[in-house]
Amino acid sequence: MKKIFEKQAVRKLIFLALTFIIVQLLIYADIIDAYLQNTLTAICINIILAVSLNLITGFTGQFSLGHAGFMSIGAYTCAIITLRMPTIFGFFLGVFAGAIFAALVGFIVGLPTLRLRGDYLAIATLGMAEIIRIIFINLKITNGAAGLQNIPRFTNWTWLFIFMVGTVLLITNFLKSTHGRACIAIREDEIAADSMGINTTKYKVIAFIIGAFCAGIAGALYASYFYFLKPNIFDFLKSVNVLVIVVLGGLGSVSGSILAAILLEIISTFLQSFSELRMVIYALLLVVIMLFRPQGLMGSKEVTLAVFNRLGGNLKSGMSKLEQRFKSKKGRV
Amino acid sequence: MEQLLQQVINGISLGSIYALIALGYTMVYGIIKLINFAHCDVYMIGAYVGYFCMTTFRLGFVPSLLIAMVVCTLLGVAIEKIAYKPLRNATRIAVLITAIGVSMFLEYGTMFFVKATSRSYPEMTGIMTERFNFGNVVITMQQVMILVITVVLMILLQFIVRKTRIGKAMRAVSMDRDAAELMGINIDGTISFTFALGSALAGAAGVLVGVYYNSINPLMGVLPGLKAFVAAVFGGIGIIPGAMIGGYFIGMVEVFVSGYGGSLYRDAVVFGILILILIVKPTGLLGKNTGEKV
Repeated sequence: MKKIFEKQAVRKLIFLALTFIIVQLLIYADIIDAYLQNTLTAICINIILAVSLNLITGFTGQFSLGHAGFMSIGAYTCAIITLRMPTIFGFFLGVFAGAIFAALVGFIVGLPTLRLRGDYLAIATLGMAEIIRIIFINLKITNGAAGLQNIPRFTNWTWLFIFMVGTVLLITNFLKSTHGRACIAIREDEIAADSMGINTTKYKVIAFIIGAFCAGIAGALYASYFYFLKPNIFDFLKSVNVLVIVVLGGLGSVSGSILAAILLEIISTFLQSFSELRMVIYALLLVVIMLFRPQGLMGSKEVTLAVFNRLGGNLKSGMSKLEQRFKSKKGRV
Repeated sequence: MEQLLQQVINGISLGSIYALIALGYTMVYGIIKLINFAHCDVYMIGAYVGYFCMTTFRLGFVPSLLIAMVVCTLLGVAIEKIAYKPLRNATRIAVLITAIGVSMFLEYGTMFFVKATSRSYPEMTGIMTERFNFGNVVITMQQVMILVITVVLMILLQFIVRKTRIGKAMRAVSMDRDAAELMGINIDGTISFTFALGSALAGAAGVLVGVYYNSINPLMGVLPGLKAFVAAVFGGIGIIPGAMIGGYFIGMVEVFVSGYGGSLYRDAVVFGILILILIVKPTGLLGKNTGEKV
């Protein structure tokens, strides 16, 4: 418990609290109107998705193209529960049931397929996501291709913020633990990690389950915000979108994923009025980034609050230099 | 029995198309280890080129097919030169994402120019409309054409890969790129040629699909593309005869599943097969296990 009161942690807490309060005030003041709130929600959900996919693809090095599948499981579970139990308790139950259900599917799918490498795994996860989508199209409880309507809305900025921060904390703390280090070792060199006594399959599956769990949360939040679900929302393009955020931000950079999620959503909001052209520009952006900066915006570096420290530090040293000069001048006089 | 025969005939037609697309995937994967997601959109472009040849320029079936193949060849080579060549030494994931980007660019670029609505191919005339009846089993001339064209193209491909200098170069590069380069093989030229061959086949498949199913749209390539890739994996990716076998197998499975009541689960079955193969024998039907190397 001592750690919570360390300088760094306190600063982080203040930063988070300020972000939360400022955005909340902007919502009250109606500067963030209903339209911008949609963008805000999409940003938060994309951050959860991207950070969790980054754990699988960026940190553990397992290339997954099926994140939309896990998201859809969370979304449908939450929607079905809240439709029958439209209370805040139902919402919580929905989010956690969705996340756990997604994690369970992640475990079932991950155990056999994670033995595959690289491209094969990508294709297997893609196939899995397609199968999940087709099952949702054919099930009665999900109302088939028409989808579910009038899902009660519980997701608001408060819950989004809490779940988003929770996810990011869960994943960053996981990465700092022994298990997280093992995952990074697998990315660096699987055979070497294996020979160092790391149970590679176990850690790959753990990373996959945590990723699926968080994607389930994101899906549940999505279902509870947008009133409406249909299987085709969670197609291949959705998985690709998440992957694009991760790659743009930098594989192996949590803060990169967060920045990229914000950046891409803002770009796509601006391009909303050019619907077809929007996707063309989006695609071009993707190719250009890969051609000129394949490591993504951040590479594997992180932006931390130390940026502010450094800024503060520069200011301080600048001040002290000025002071010295001032003093030395005084001395001469 | 008659229904079974009819399904087999339909399966062969569909399988031919998958096989043609799968060949492009498998050759490209064999030579630069890339899942060329843009390949399925080359196939879509082929269908559109064929459509415009037949409607705007009022050309016949065979000239349209040839023009579509030529245009797709150029497109395939251009994609390789612009998007993939600068990334020859980049990580695999970077190239794969570029491929996804190119694919989206082609899909939505086409959508921007021709709009998202489906278009139907012009009615075939003359010899193309003929039907052969054997009892209750019907074979249309179009099905015969698909099979004949596919077989001719496959024989041609096998000839190029097995008997010509450039084919030898292709095989050498896919076996060991560095060694091939040391032997004086022009790597870039060989890779471009591989893209050209695969894209030409995809273009042909596009026109055949347009004629057979009569409806085309800018996103028509996505699902057949994925299934053709499944076919390539089934036969053993990087192996040309494997892609042919895989194509026909997937076509048959799909036709039989939808023929016997499971049409809603048709795609799920194909992807289920994919996951099953990957778990049981990731190298595919004809693949050899190479083992891990450090």
